[in-house]
Amino acid sequence: MSDASSPRIVIVGAGPAGIRAAATLVAAGFHPVVIDEGHRAGGQIYRRPPDGFRMPKQLYGSETVKARVLHALFDRLAGERRLTHRAGSSVIAAHDGRLHVLGEGGVQVIGYDRLILATGASDRVVPVPGWHSAGVYSLGAAQIALKAQGVALGRRIVLIGSGPLLTLVGAQLLKAGADVAAVLDTSSWRQQMRGFSGLAARPIVALRGLVLRARLGGRYHAGVTLEQIEADASGVTAMRWRDAVGRERLTPCDMIGVGWHLRAETHLADLIGCAFAYDEQWRQWLPKTDEIGRAGNGVYLAGDGTRLLGADGAEIAGRLAAAACLTDLGRPTPSASADLRKLARLERFATGLARAFPWPDAMARAITNDAIVCRCENVSAGAIRESVERCGGEANRVKSLSRVGMGRCQGRYCQLAAVELIAAQAGCTPEDVGRFRGQAPARPAPIGAFLREG
Amino acid sequence: MNTGRIVRLAERDRPEVRFVLDSEMRSALAGDTVLTAMLASGHALRSSEFGPEPRAGFCLMGACQDCWVWQEEGPRLRACSTPVIEGMRLRTTPPESWP
Repeated sequence: MSDASSPRIVIVGAGPAGIRAAATLVAAGFHPVVIDEGHRAGGQIYRRPPDGFRMPKQLYGSETVKARVLHALFDRLAGERRLTHRAGSSVIAAHDGRLHVLGEGGVQVIGYDRLILATGASDRVVPVPGWHSAGVYSLGAAQIALKAQGVALGRRIVLIGSGPLLTLVGAQLLKAGADVAAVLDTSSWRQQMRGFSGLAARPIVALRGLVLRARLGGRYHAGVTLEQIEADASGVTAMRWRDAVGRERLTPCDMIGVGWHLRAETHLADLIGCAFAYDEQWRQWLPKTDEIGRAGNGVYLAGDGTRLLGADGAEIAGRLAAAACLTDLGRPTPSASADLRKLARLERFATGLARAFPWPDAMARAITNDAIVCRCENVSAGAIRESVERCGGEANRVKSLSRVGMGRCQGRYCQLAAVELIAAQAGCTPEDVGRFRGQAPARPAPIGAFLREG
Repeated sequence: MNTGRIVRLAERDRPEVRFVLDSEMRSALAGDTVLTAMLASGHALRSSEFGPEPRAGFCLMGACQDCWVWQEEGPRLRACSTPVIEGMRLRTTPPESWP
């Protein structure tokens, strides 16, 4: 059903949430347009290598079956022309029923009546002095390099941060034959135990995490303090850190992977005018929806871009968001109650994760003045503090004055730490500081791409 | 020849692709991204505009924009999400004609 009277439904993102949303709409007789930055559907978590690679099944570990089911489902629907897949395309602006989509041929306008945003998440990072050096990558990057390219991003690797990805990436790299020198977790064993009751909501997943942790052996250290990434003119040379009892350690390496769980990718939700609320658990601003993902004005949100529940939660949320859309179009939809019960369990697990592997806000607040907070434009912590002294602790004023968050990543990797820093300097809460206003284009776009607009 | 930042762990038997980097002929494998191709034999993609340090990418998912590299004919491309193509001519520094 794709005649002129049929509502135009656009899904942004072809990860687990976007794929499930698309499949639900196709099953109801609609023909959605799925816009995705990847060249092949799957998202980041189930990222596929380019054609010509053999399917590296060992790289997905326990999630191989889930990845294959989603890939096959999407490929089938695309092959049968029951959806339109706009691969390798970025939505760079969204307003009033129109999306500006940047693809190979330039910028194109795609209209919609209903919009499902399944934009996912990226690594949540805290600046560690020296993190702007070549050879420092996000944990997600280390995993993508392995899954989609079959490479390690360095010869001797140190992973730092906290959260499930820290252990998972370490174990995956080891299994693939990389030299992992150390895995440094800022969360102490005692802190990790505090998440126990929540993590027990998914005992098998929690157990799997412990097994992976055991594979890291003596490389894994809990409760560390991260001091400095050492570098020379060509990049990273070592990680300087303190162990749980305060002993200074220096681990030579040429690659460092960094991350503390996830930061929701909310830029498009912001541009389209969704309301946001500060989430204390994840210490970040998240777009507001009802329990099945309805954000209002024909916009629906699903997956890690709105609730950080991981890939399994994203599949469910994708289904629910599509069901919400169908309900609003007056179509019959199956009962959501079973999916909502599953989501509630995933929510308890996520609370356990947030408690066991917390965002180290104290570390962000104490970052030294000469350390770089914004990697794009090398804005230092000192420059941000100085701006707070001059103009107060409101996020966008500090942004204008210091340029933190104004670089080409548009604050995706510095905003959360910057807000902690500003709050500490101004003596208020991160919620009081507010959030950086999102600006179009959501991705850098060459002028030429607009000249060809048609 | 594998002297770069990146270590190939799997999928090493793909066809060779040749490209030019800073006027030197380099080789990569079909299916490599520009980032993989450049870092398989080198240590940096570009220099920071705001400091002395070289940059080699960060997120590999098109979010951080750290990996934009120059092509000889002018336009830049995002190395982590662009496949390397036979005959590509890339630079770690802006072309001389750039204002």
